[in-house]
Amino acid sequence: MSNHNKAANKLFQKELLKAALIESFVKLNPKVMVKNPVMFTVEIGTIVMIVITVMLAFTPDAAQGSFLYNFLITLILFLTVLFANFAESIAEARGKAQADSLRKTRQDTPANLLINGGNIKIIMSSELKKGDIILVSEGEIIPSDGEIIEGIATIDESAITGESAPVIREAGGDKSGVTGGTKVLSDKIKVLISIEKGESFLDKMILLVEGASRQKTPNEIALIILLSGLTMMFLIVTVALEPFGRFSNTPIAIASLVALFVCLIPTTIGGLLSAIGIAGMDRALRANVIAKSGKAVETAGDIDTLLLDKTGTITIGNRKATNFFIVNGMEENVFIKYCALSSLADETPEGKSIIELAKKSGVEINNIEHRDDHFFKFTAQTRMSGIDLKDGTIVRKGAFDVIKNLIESKNEIVPEKMISVVKKIAEDGGTPLAVTVNGKPAGVIQLEDIIKTGIQERFHRLRKMGVKTVMVTGDNPLTAKFIAKIAGVDDFIAEAKPEDKMNYIIEEQRSGKLVAMMGDGTNDAPALAQADVGVSMNSGTQAAKEAGNMVDLDNDPTKLIEVVEIGKQLLITRGAITTFSIANDVAKYFAIVPALFIASIPQLQALNIMNLTSPQSAILSAVIFNAIIIPMLVPLALRGVVYKPVGAEKLLAGNLFKYGLGGIIVPFIAIKLIDVVLTVLHIV
Amino acid sequence: MNTEILSVLFIFLLIFILGIPFGKYISKVFKNEKTLLDFLAPLENLIFKFSGIDPDKEMDWKQNIKAMLTINFIWFIWAILVLSFQNLLFWNPDNIPGMEPTQAFNTAVSFMTNTNLQHYSGETGVSYLSQLIVMCFLQFVSAGTGIAVAALMFKGLANKSGTNLGNFYNLMLKSCTRILLPVSVVVALILMFNGIPMTFKGAENIVTLQGDTVSVARGPAAPMVGIKQLGTNGGGFFGTNSAHPFENPNFFTNIIELVSILFIPVAMIIALGYYLNRKKLSYMIFGVMLTGYVCFLIPAIYFEMNGNPEIDKMGISQPLGNMEGKEVRFGSASSAMWGVSTTVTSNGSVNSMHDSFTPITGMILMLGMQLNAFFGGVGVGFLNKFVFIILAVFISGLMVGRTPEFLGKKIEGKEIKIAIIVALMHPLLILSGTAIAAHIWLITPIQDNFLNNPSYHGFSEMFYEFSSAAANNGSGFEGLIDNTPFWNISTGIVILLGRFIPIIGPVAIAGLLSAKKFTPESAGSLKIDSPIFGIVLLSTIVILGALLFFPGLALGPVSEFFSMAK
Repeated sequence: MSNHNKAANKLFQKELLKAALIESFVKLNPKVMVKNPVMFTVEIGTIVMIVITVMLAFTPDAAQGSFLYNFLITLILFLTVLFANFAESIAEARGKAQADSLRKTRQDTPANLLINGGNIKIIMSSELKKGDIILVSEGEIIPSDGEIIEGIATIDESAITGESAPVIREAGGDKSGVTGGTKVLSDKIKVLISIEKGESFLDKMILLVEGASRQKTPNEIALIILLSGLTMMFLIVTVALEPFGRFSNTPIAIASLVALFVCLIPTTIGGLLSAIGIAGMDRALRANVIAKSGKAVETAGDIDTLLLDKTGTITIGNRKATNFFIVNGMEENVFIKYCALSSLADETPEGKSIIELAKKSGVEINNIEHRDDHFFKFTAQTRMSGIDLKDGTIVRKGAFDVIKNLIESKNEIVPEKMISVVKKIAEDGGTPLAVTVNGKPAGVIQLEDIIKTGIQERFHRLRKMGVKTVMVTGDNPLTAKFIAKIAGVDDFIAEAKPEDKMNYIIEEQRSGKLVAMMGDGTNDAPALAQADVGVSMNSGTQAAKEAGNMVDLDNDPTKLIEVVEIGKQLLITRGAITTFSIANDVAKYFAIVPALFIASIPQLQALNIMNLTSPQSAILSAVIFNAIIIPMLVPLALRGVVYKPVGAEKLLAGNLFKYGLGGIIVPFIAIKLIDVVLTVLHIV
Repeated sequence: MNTEILSVLFIFLLIFILGIPFGKYISKVFKNEKTLLDFLAPLENLIFKFSGIDPDKEMDWKQNIKAMLTINFIWFIWAILVLSFQNLLFWNPDNIPGMEPTQAFNTAVSFMTNTNLQHYSGETGVSYLSQLIVMCFLQFVSAGTGIAVAALMFKGLANKSGTNLGNFYNLMLKSCTRILLPVSVVVALILMFNGIPMTFKGAENIVTLQGDTVSVARGPAAPMVGIKQLGTNGGGFFGTNSAHPFENPNFFTNIIELVSILFIPVAMIIALGYYLNRKKLSYMIFGVMLTGYVCFLIPAIYFEMNGNPEIDKMGISQPLGNMEGKEVRFGSASSAMWGVSTTVTSNGSVNSMHDSFTPITGMILMLGMQLNAFFGGVGVGFLNKFVFIILAVFISGLMVGRTPEFLGKKIEGKEIKIAIIVALMHPLLILSGTAIAAHIWLITPIQDNFLNNPSYHGFSEMFYEFSSAAANNGSGFEGLIDNTPFWNISTGIVILLGRFIPIIGPVAIAGLLSAKKFTPESAGSLKIDSPIFGIVLLSTIVILGALLFFPGLALGPVSEFFSMAK
């Protein structure tokens, strides 16, 4: 977790609570309330009760119960509405606080706008428009999101990612994106502004969290329909009870009917539903993922297939040289020296790792000594690199088939040992680099991937969630297969070209699966757009960021796994609290129904299994429980139900036990306790 | 006593032995596979040719529903005309007059919808012609309609894509000719040989041993009794239904009829598994239904066999249990089983007076109709269950952290909306109907009233009547003077809504799901054929049902029970 998140991590802070309290009252506006049908009916119930209580104050009516009883019911109903509003407000306030800390990075900063003829005009960042080109030099803050079109620079992105190590961003390639609010530490870059003011992903996310533009997700809408249906059912039950009561010579006070209705309708989930949704978005933001919509987060929970790049996700960085093998009896030091020399001009990480390994083996190369030697650079056509020394020695290293051709063209024979070493390395998941000196076979360098520690457990976790993992790599199939096996991924795409990713995604989607992928480069953009969940890295190109539906500020390729869990947790929290809410009704019935009729049908005392003191205390206890359970569950709604990937069946059994059976038992105990307290306090 | 319990177990065994292969056979009929009865094809083709229907035309859910409603409307008009003018028609040896309009409406609606709430008495209310071309005919086609809509659902759920659910007319006719007709013939023959009359002669006057002259009603009863039980209809030929010796002469016919009541609803669930090639799903649904059924059966038999505590208090022993309103030839256990079986299957036939059951058994019978989810009527039983499955899938789908899906199709807002409307309709009809009746009773002068027993029992009578109408069951608690315009019209409307909304809704959902993208199952998907989902489903039914009907039940049978125990 990044530094700037830590302060906001505590569930309730004083300022947040205060803001949320005020907002709870603002939300009482019926125009706002009507968006939450369940709680809206409670508000109507409260208004009805206010009218009745006021009337009772002037003209007492024994049939409607005492003024105090009606007043208490009214008060508790009002609190129920307020608690529900508070739950939503506190979730919003937390989201806002989180967003604000990110927004601080977006203060108005001066920008060097490049105008016709290379002149520079200093304007404020708020005046920047999409398509403007600006110059940012060492020590300056990048004023807005954009893409480097010229130059290279080290950039401190800690304001966004919390990661203190600076990163390199350069024009061209896949690491050209820069974010507003980050600081250039060295060099000078030309940046093309890619967004209009207020339209950055962060701005969009802030709006989503603040609720202004929050749209209900399809799943949330379906649940609201279900809850509204239940509310209507219980409205029918309550209304029908009025003539039932008269038929049984038991007129029921309006306060009791309203109380029964409010207790039966799913106020717990109704009050917490939007808080759960906002908290889900907020958790994504805390994981430093900016989702473009709430739906994207939920879809992540449904993912069936996950495409992951090998490099950086499954393996640490790039391949490293791990061993030298001599095949022609050359002295070890000499061979290693030739290997190192051939890599001097090799800028690739692999090349650098060869020099490192040589150093470790005690072979130091003096760079200056070889400054004037002829370097043979690696190209995709030759697929080898090397050096022509001043003494005429020609060293080449490269893929085995290329070196083999080279050796054979010199009428030399490739020794059996070389073939067997090469084969062995490939089988073990490494990449063999064959080396020749003056056209004669010399030896083989072993390049190996270092698999990240703990990655196997993560894939195991994903498999238990039912997510199939697919590794995408440029390696040959043999190597890819080996790494896939070690890392525990389910499938792999070897020698992958950008279109292969796309084809794989389309193929999976054709069989009905939902696919997620992570990408950063421009050539990832079509696949990111095609995938159901596309997470682009913040360092990635603008095209990639536009194409995906989430942006990861940390540029962490394993982030997708977290996002999947956040999505699942969101749905589980909804399901669990819904179950809990409905299960609660059983106990409330046993409190209220006998209480309603006990006066005229004394034998119904047998149903008063909680042995509550009086009909009034029973009804009040149920309503009080119904109200206070909302704030008590706010922490659960905000944190989310703990998600364990144990397979669907176990998960269902566990949650059913906890929230279903728990939901039946807990209110029996709680209502009894409240009744005891009410009796001791002589309130009723 | 032991023989009584043994007969219950024997009936269970028979239901399994017959239900499973018959379910397999039903699935074959729907899948158009080869069956023994293919020789009936020319007859069916003749009917299609005559009526100008193309049986191979594939239709989507809307077209199929339209077809179903159209043909039902025609039957309704047909029935109401025959009943109103039966006095002018033939086969009326006892000169029975035409039906009063509200009663004709109620009867036509009731038989068209497989409900068979009888606000008339068979001996004095309808002619033999009406019995045959209205009662018997509608008992066939209404059951056929139920089976056909279930077949539409099966197709919709089996589809990986596309909107075609099959052809309602074709499925309906085949349900009658291939499924109902052959078994009905067998059952009718068995019953006939056991003494059920099959004659067109009018009532006979006989002199009893005491020397009194009594008029004994008779008529073409055998075919009607067969289809009445097999099609979960329940419309008896005689007023007292299967308590009448001419409808249910002995303990053996009682067993045959009980098996007939249960085995097609059971076979339909088995058929689902064969049709979808998901036998485990069938067993899960069957398991939930059976659990519910057994949980009803055990206390019902217990309370009936233990007798009435009020009679115990008087110091009278009840070796046969609570025998008030029961036939000695059936006994208390078998009568309780009949009561439970007919109320869970929406078969409204009775072999004892439900009014006279002990309060808890009475409550169980009401609950059977109010939950309406254990076995249910032929075909429609699965449709009612389906609504609960959708709701349970939605909630448990959330709890495993995925967008809920059923058989690989996502359950979204639209499906939930339809499911909740259907689920809402049932309590709405029962509770508002009873509420209105209670209100009318309160404002009507006592001498004109329709309740024989006010207080808790009277409440139960009204509550039962609406539960029976809404669940399309058709049995009555009796004790209610129900042949009045209020009861005829109100229950008629409740029956109509209670029939067609729970058909249209689930078929619409199946149609919507059919067109959706199919997602294969993964380790993270909810397994709906698992025991744990069975528990969720059962809890959903029980908790939802209990919450909706608990206050009503508390004022009726529960209050009565606690008053008695004192």
